[in-house]
Amino acid sequence: MNELYAWAAIALIILASTTGDVLLSYSMKRVGNVGELGKRRGLLAVVGRVLTTPTFALGVMAMGVAFYSLLFGLSWGNLSLVVPASASLTFVANALAARIFLHERVGRRRWIAALLVAGGVVLMAV
Amino acid sequence: MTFRKYLVLAGITVFSTAGDSLLARGMKEFGGFSLHNLSGLLLAILNPWVALGILFLLTFFACYMSALSWADLTYVLPATSLAYVLVALVGHFRLHEEISPTRWLGIALITAGVGFVAAGPSVTPGLHRDNSAEVARDAVSQEVE
Repeated sequence: MNELYAWAAIALIILASTTGDVLLSYSMKRVGNVGELGKRRGLLAVVGRVLTTPTFALGVMAMGVAFYSLLFGLSWGNLSLVVPASASLTFVANALAARIFLHERVGRRRWIAALLVAGGVVLMAV
Repeated sequence: MTFRKYLVLAGITVFSTAGDSLLARGMKEFGGFSLHNLSGLLLAILNPWVALGILFLLTFFACYMSALSWADLTYVLPATSLAYVLVALVGHFRLHEEISPTRWLGIALITAGVGFVAAGPSVTPGLHRDNSAEVARDAVSQEVE
């Protein structure tokens, strides 16, 4: 039963952190290159623009949900299952979500990179 | 990609690794936590390791947000996954932890993945907000002043 809970937590971590990453990425694409913006308008203006982007707050909240799901997952499952399973699958889920929701061009090169990193993360934890 | 942008990517890797390690070190001094001991969780911030760890993680977040403002998510995430390798190498060389052959293989796979994505384009054209018009307008208004 505990294993089922652990996998439920893993699914929640993947869902929440992918949602968070997509929302944060979307927000920063709306804000635009912060380097250029900062040079022209100053750091405070950049921070102000980021904080007043509504999707940014939602993204941070999603990241918070992912963090607490990780804590719950760790209380039900082993560290060596929960962390690598959620981290590696998040790379794959992010590639899918970025393609669907952010319309990023995820070519063969990026798919290979995502899969290599996901596989590597699993091996690191074995 | 300019040198500055590679620096920001390196910052994501280094600050997330350092922040996590500092937090782990600080939290170990406290021992186990329970939900009944929430005030202890607040006190943890007073621990210098924990405080420094939080500062580093905030720096990591600023670098991450900066990178996402000029590069794709599917570029930034794999490109900064060297953090996993960094943690293992720090453990190996500083703390003399053993690295098994399987883990070396994992390090090789991650490094190859990073190389794959870093050699490709960092951004999908037309997706990020173009600030150049705004920058030009600022320049004109500054000249008028």
